[in-house]
Amino acid sequence: MSSRDTTLSAIRKALGRGPLDEAARSKLDARIATPPQHIRATVDDADLVARFTQRFESRAGTTERIHSLADVPTSVTALAERYGIAPSAVVGSALGELTWPEGWQIDHGAAGIEVMLGVSLAWRGIAETGSILMLSGPERPITHNFVPETHVVVLPVEHIVRHYEDCWVALRERGQGAPRAMNFISGPSRTGDVEQTIELGAHGPRRMHVLIVG
Amino acid sequence: MTDTPVKPRPRVGLFATCLMNAMRPSIGFASAKLLEDAGCHVSVPAAQTCCGQPGLNSGDEDGARALAKQLIEAFEDFDYVVGPSGSCMATIRHDYPGLFADMADWRKRAEALAAKSYELLSFLTDVMGVTEVDAEYHGTITYHDSCSGLRSLGVKGQPRQLLGSVKGLTIKEMEDTDVCCGFGGTFCVKYPEISEKMADDKLRNAAETGADTLLGGDLGCLLHLAGRLRRKGSPVRVYHTAEVLAGLADGPSLGEENR
Amino acid sequence: MEFRSPEFKTRAVHALHDANLQKALSNTKAGFVVKRAQAAEAMPEFEALRDTAAEIKNHVLNNLDHYLEKYEAAVTAAGGHVHYATDAEDARRIILGICKKAGARRITKGKSMVSEEMGLNEALIADGYEVVETDLGEYIIQLADEPPSHIIAPAIHKTKDQVADLFAAAHHKPRKTDRAELVAEAREVLREKYFTAEVGITGGNFLVAETGSSVIVTNEGNGDLTQTLAKVHIVTSGIERVIPTLDDLSVFLRILARSATGQETESYTTFSTGPRREGDVDGPEEYHVVLLDNGRSKMLGSRFQDMLRCIRCGACMNHCPVYGSIGGHAYGWVYPGPMGSVLTPLIKGMDGTYDLPNACTLNGRCKSVCPVRIPLPDLLREIRHNQFRKDMTPKRQKQALKLWRYVAERPKLYHFAERIGVRILASMAGGKGKLRSLPFDPGWTGARDLPAPTGRTFLELWQAKRGDQ
Repeated sequence: MSSRDTTLSAIRKALGRGPLDEAARSKLDARIATPPQHIRATVDDADLVARFTQRFESRAGTTERIHSLADVPTSVTALAERYGIAPSAVVGSALGELTWPEGWQIDHGAAGIEVMLGVSLAWRGIAETGSILMLSGPERPITHNFVPETHVVVLPVEHIVRHYEDCWVALRERGQGAPRAMNFISGPSRTGDVEQTIELGAHGPRRMHVLIVG
Repeated sequence: MTDTPVKPRPRVGLFATCLMNAMRPSIGFASAKLLEDAGCHVSVPAAQTCCGQPGLNSGDEDGARALAKQLIEAFEDFDYVVGPSGSCMATIRHDYPGLFADMADWRKRAEALAAKSYELLSFLTDVMGVTEVDAEYHGTITYHDSCSGLRSLGVKGQPRQLLGSVKGLTIKEMEDTDVCCGFGGTFCVKYPEISEKMADDKLRNAAETGADTLLGGDLGCLLHLAGRLRRKGSPVRVYHTAEVLAGLADGPSLGEENR
Repeated sequence: MEFRSPEFKTRAVHALHDANLQKALSNTKAGFVVKRAQAAEAMPEFEALRDTAAEIKNHVLNNLDHYLEKYEAAVTAAGGHVHYATDAEDARRIILGICKKAGARRITKGKSMVSEEMGLNEALIADGYEVVETDLGEYIIQLADEPPSHIIAPAIHKTKDQVADLFAAAHHKPRKTDRAELVAEAREVLREKYFTAEVGITGGNFLVAETGSSVIVTNEGNGDLTQTLAKVHIVTSGIERVIPTLDDLSVFLRILARSATGQETESYTTFSTGPRREGDVDGPEEYHVVLLDNGRSKMLGSRFQDMLRCIRCGACMNHCPVYGSIGGHAYGWVYPGPMGSVLTPLIKGMDGTYDLPNACTLNGRCKSVCPVRIPLPDLLREIRHNQFRKDMTPKRQKQALKLWRYVAERPKLYHFAERIGVRILASMAGGKGKLRSLPFDPGWTGARDLPAPTGRTFLELWQAKRGDQ
């Protein structure tokens, strides 16, 4: 017997039954198809953007409001100058054609070890916790989110939702199942592993800046 | 408060826990006084012994069951069973029914007894509606929340409320008042070094309040803490809360030389 | 991983005298306990979420075979591979096979307690692989050649100075003492490893049947780099970690970080579903999930089924005063503290684990904070019952219990014996109020005096005053 069969039959034996019958299985399948809605954290804020900003900034992230996608290069340039970052970045092509100032090196590929700055388009922002949701894909390389020391995330204001659950609704509507990788990111990388004292920039970005567009 | 109205003079069976019976009779008298002051008729059945907790916690379920049966028989005719110990009363309230999972008749009796069994101070306040006592104690106390009473029976506000009415008494809360003192029944003799460390943590927190008296609702914890204090030569006095509330804390505290 | 639970007593005493450890443990309260309390306080729905989480887990456990099959099908549809492992050896065999096929030399690892349970590192190293733990805490203890002492903060027992020594020795760089500099140095060293590893191994906090996703929750981002940059990603998880849907997951996301570290959310919650897709420029080329049984299926349907709800948040050990006194190493295996004292005897067997369920005061603080409401003290007591039935309780204790029962079943004898006992003790104390030593002392007077009784029992005094009422 394979380990798979051994395990599954051990489970059934312990539960004192054989495989579930058709009726039981379809009931469980229906529970997956139409997931029960559970209690959530109350988010009664009228202004989701303010809630998002306040929560995200509570964990050492920074935010900035900009008018349109076209403003992204200007904000990124200012940030780079502020922190002395060289004018070179990996940028997800999901952000479309952006006009970068003279001297900037822009790459749409995976982030290599030397990359210091990444600019990505968020799929959703969650007001409840002040987190962003990133989906992977050819236009949204996942390394952009984790390799660079500074991560700039572009979040269209209309994509700020109230709860995690709102993301699941949108994801199911999108209709392609789960992407290969999906990340809730709630601030810069941190560790408390040395004497339980928080230090930023353990492995992922040390600095995280969200540009809220609109 | 309980849903059922309290009889005018409820008949209370006082459970004399094994430690109290042997080591500190004044807690029993304090309990009886507080209950009588609250309008209860108090009896102490001679057929009672131990609730069975030592067996239950050390693996001897059969032994625990035998003692539980005996206690049920000794107390089931009373309106209430009350004891000055969160840990023994939690055993009766929470563990007795489970001991008789496969014995419907006994399970019913165990459940009936469990429903009318109370730790002393929660009985006085929650059932009898006592809000103050007529007692005096001149000193600053800090109160240790014994674990079973606190977490299994919700004893937290009641002792503090009643202590607040004692004339001359000041309450100073310690850090981590809800953290175990390291007694733990047989734990304290099986793992004495760990138990000692936990006692010292507790006593350090108690000392930081500057209180001259340490109070608690479970004699096991108190013997352990008083024993540690005496060993270290500390002058801090240790009483059961009931002794202070009944005005019977005028004799030597636990482990203290006869005055 | 070495099994040292049989040495619990000596290791516990050793821990009590380890000044560095005691200093490190004293940080736990501010770090975890206070923050968890604040997080719970700040969320009105927290208690209801705990109930819901427990209900979801119960539902899954009662239908575990079905949800595993669903999960497996979804992983397979996404191009991944699911492997079942009946025990640690089976799991090691599977993972060694994957690594060999991948032509791996260097393997990076995110924190995974299941991989500790598998004894994976030792097996990989024995086969000639370079294994690099990337969670900073795991990395520190890997350098120290020690097992984790906490399930979410593996190096909680190390002070900054000890970390500084370890880094100076391993990295051949000037010794740093600033915390930020230490973290930066590890970042530098590990970065190189992520980019050159062929295989990345992570744990799996949750497995979502609906989508076939494995989910890890981290603060550092090491798990993400581990699994994104290697050619092959292997997830190790227990069979009980599957949950039905993303909506069910949301409940756990709301309680996990709050219970573990007191955070509203950790920095990263990462979902992985199969290997790199068409057109992707990054992500692993292969994706494997190794599901470990190792005694879990036996807990189903037993009095220990509740234990399988555990989401490994560590709240029970953070709030355990015994753990807080001796740290995690004394427990001698992967899982320390209350949850470990239940799991270790169930997984490793009753032999050599006698002390774990007994070194507990049954104070219930663990149960009061468990996000999935596992009745840990009840389960620990249940294991004591099993030990008693299997005749593993020490002889002296068993005899004492027998004698106690014999006497306590006979009220007249019992009261007579107590009357004699208190008279003897009172006369020994001779008005001093306390006893410094006892004949046949079971262990009381090593550290404390015994407050002496007054010489009469309550019942005899009561009866003298009030008669036999």
